[in-house]
Amino acid sequence: MASDLSNVLSVAKLTKRYQDTLAVDGIAFHVARNEIVGLLGPNGAGKTTTINMILGVLEPTSGTVLIQGLDLAKHRAEALQHTNFAAVYAPLPGNLTVRQNLRFFGLIYGVAHLEDRIEHLIREFDLERFRDTKCGVLSSGEQTRAGLAKAMLNSPDLLLLDEPTASLDPAIAREVRAKIREFASQTKAGVLWTSHNMYEVQEVCDRVLFLSHGHILLEGDPKTLPGEHGKETLEELFITVAREPLELSQT
Amino acid sequence: MQLGRSGAIFLRQLYLLRGSPARIVPLFGWVAIDIVLWGFITRYLNSVARSGFNFVPAILGAVLMWDFFSRVMQGVTTAFFEDVWSRNFLNIFATPLSIWEYLLGLVFSSIFTSSFGLMVMLVLATAVFDLSFFGYGLVLIPFLLILFAFGIALGIVASALVLRLGPAAEWFVWPIPALISPFVGVFYPLSTLPLWMQAFAHVLPPSYVFESMRSIVAGRAGSPAGLLPGASLVIVYIAGACLIFASVYRRAVRTGLIARYSAESIN
Repeated sequence: MASDLSNVLSVAKLTKRYQDTLAVDGIAFHVARNEIVGLLGPNGAGKTTTINMILGVLEPTSGTVLIQGLDLAKHRAEALQHTNFAAVYAPLPGNLTVRQNLRFFGLIYGVAHLEDRIEHLIREFDLERFRDTKCGVLSSGEQTRAGLAKAMLNSPDLLLLDEPTASLDPAIAREVRAKIREFASQTKAGVLWTSHNMYEVQEVCDRVLFLSHGHILLEGDPKTLPGEHGKETLEELFITVAREPLELSQT
Repeated sequence: MQLGRSGAIFLRQLYLLRGSPARIVPLFGWVAIDIVLWGFITRYLNSVARSGFNFVPAILGAVLMWDFFSRVMQGVTTAFFEDVWSRNFLNIFATPLSIWEYLLGLVFSSIFTSSFGLMVMLVLATAVFDLSFFGYGLVLIPFLLILFAFGIALGIVASALVLRLGPAAEWFVWPIPALISPFVGVFYPLSTLPLWMQAFAHVLPPSYVFESMRSIVAGRAGSPAGLLPGASLVIVYIAGACLIFASVYRRAVRTGLIARYSAESIN
């Protein structure tokens, strides 16, 4: 697969098989610069498996993942240098303070001017009061913000967000969405975003991919896609994907 | 290989040690108890032995060196367990950190924590029980290096075992030094052992250290050449340990265990 440097992420024929179970079945997609792509689908559709393969913590059975044109299988460290992620199921270690965690991960990512970057992110994510608080005693919303600060540490070209606003109240969630939109538009980054909140997806994502049983079933603009498939809302389309994927694959 | 990334693992360990008595006390608590206990035992043995043989360098010195080895091994495993206990594998292995940088970070952590334990033991054994640790001469340096390297190798293998079998396998790790000690002749010459145990002893690097140490205590000159088999073996152990960890890690990435470690097994 030729590397296209206008894309921060290019995935081709990506497959993951666990013994008799095909979790991801030859999917192909890309994320362009300044683009936010929603990876949607019911539980068990293969979203987290896909994200784990892009993060290099799960080896694909076959297929390629190119990050900034770098083949993850051959240039893991260089590719992951351009990547970061936040996931509701991967909180920062609770026995370190917010600042210690950011310093620890900042050193691993080799962030230049690390202390300045940490202070900037602490302000950006409204964590000043919790700078020296252990992450384990933060509320789930505060932990999510700390996780997002860590995800932004290395100013990644590819940001993977797995349900980033799941633990946030609506006001903070809106602020976080605005920050991530700003991040995608003002840098050269692309974002791959999973969420079960269809309102949020419609507000944030430029493009969505609907995943079902390891396949990409639908792809398009979240604002026009429901209408193209005879549905009123994105949520209605989501429910159809979850319950009657065959109906959609035939349209 | 970027040393800064390994340094991050070490820095994390310093953060965790700072202000955590539950982590600091074990660095010196158990080894201090061991030195006190064996210090008095050697004093008693000196008082009842008619031969005039000094048990302090033979037994207390051996205890000190064996405890040093144990602390080195546990220095590696404890730093690894921090990622197990805080469920940090996904965060840490989804970064540019390579497993070699990660292992080096564990080694850095172990150097720091085991040096701390060694100093406490030396102060206690010297000040209270008159152990002249430096009486072993320059050969002390290869003694400690071989034990250090073997501790690192076993620490890495033990970490691989826990990565492979899940967090509950931690309980396999703590008794490893006790399991090995009868074979390496910490307190007695290898000739005391039955032949099948001697066969094991000959492939365990610490055996050469303790045999050599006893030669010095018995008044024979310590020869670094006698340590060569132990030094050669320990290089093989280190290389083997790294390969085992790499293989277990690759399997965990292939099966998805890294991302779902708390499940202990993907199958």
